Amino acid sequence: MIKIAQPAYDSLRLHGEETYPHECCGVLLGRFEDDGSRLVSTAVRCANTHKESPQNRYQIDPHELVKIQREGRQRDEDIIGFYHSHPDHPARWSSTDLAEAHWFGCSYIITGVAKGNAGITNSFLLMGSEDTDKEFSEERIVLLKQGAAQ
Amino acid sequence: MAKVHIPTPLRQYADKQSAVTVGGTTVAEALTSLVSKHPDLKKHLYTDDGKLRAFVNVYVNDEDIRYLQKEGTGLKESDTISIVPSIAGGR
Repeated sequence: MIKIAQPAYDSLRLHGEETYPHECCGVLLGRFEDDGSRLVSTAVRCANTHKESPQNRYQIDPHELVKIQREGRQRDEDIIGFYHSHPDHPARWSSTDLAEAHWFGCSYIITGVAKGNAGITNSFLLMGSEDTDKEFSEERIVLLKQGAAQ
Repeated sequence: MAKVHIPTPLRQYADKQSAVTVGGTTVAEALTSLVSKHPDLKKHLYTDDGKLRAFVNVYVNDEDIRYLQKEGTGLKESDTISIVPSIAGGR
């Protein structure tokens, strides 16, 4: 299960609309809970640095990740997942998403954006420990009203 | 001594620590020190022939070591190393 502050959830969905027809992407900051779930306080927007095919590919500059990790540390938070959009495509993980996923134990949120409008948002937990055994497991999204994630 | 920040997916192989202080005057020495302290990290950072895995980015402070002297990049006492697995994908 992943718990997301409502403003963070709204922000990541809106991001997908704003970058349409390109994929948006960003980082989820928050905490790992004792029960194994993840609690997202903030969705940090990142630039999609995939220049050749931003309509169906995304990548985040690792330097942005370094800076976001640093910001998280100052707030006693960690990178606990990522999000991106699928313009005019379902909110399901693709073979590319799985092949490029390396943050085990973290959540990968995908929003389908149809004709510029955010549709379904799903979250997938990256399971396993290496390329040979990794898989995505769909997880329930629980929205927290403003202030509940603090 | 330099501080190495461990990304969340790799902390399980580093006694759940978010940062590890290591010795070494270069990135290569620091990472060798890191994996000697936490051997389970090794296969997640290096290929079987001892090269850093392609999806593993290593930064010294705010600089990608690929644009410095790679693993030969020198370290000062106050430097911090960040290990950052890549993020990419798409439909």
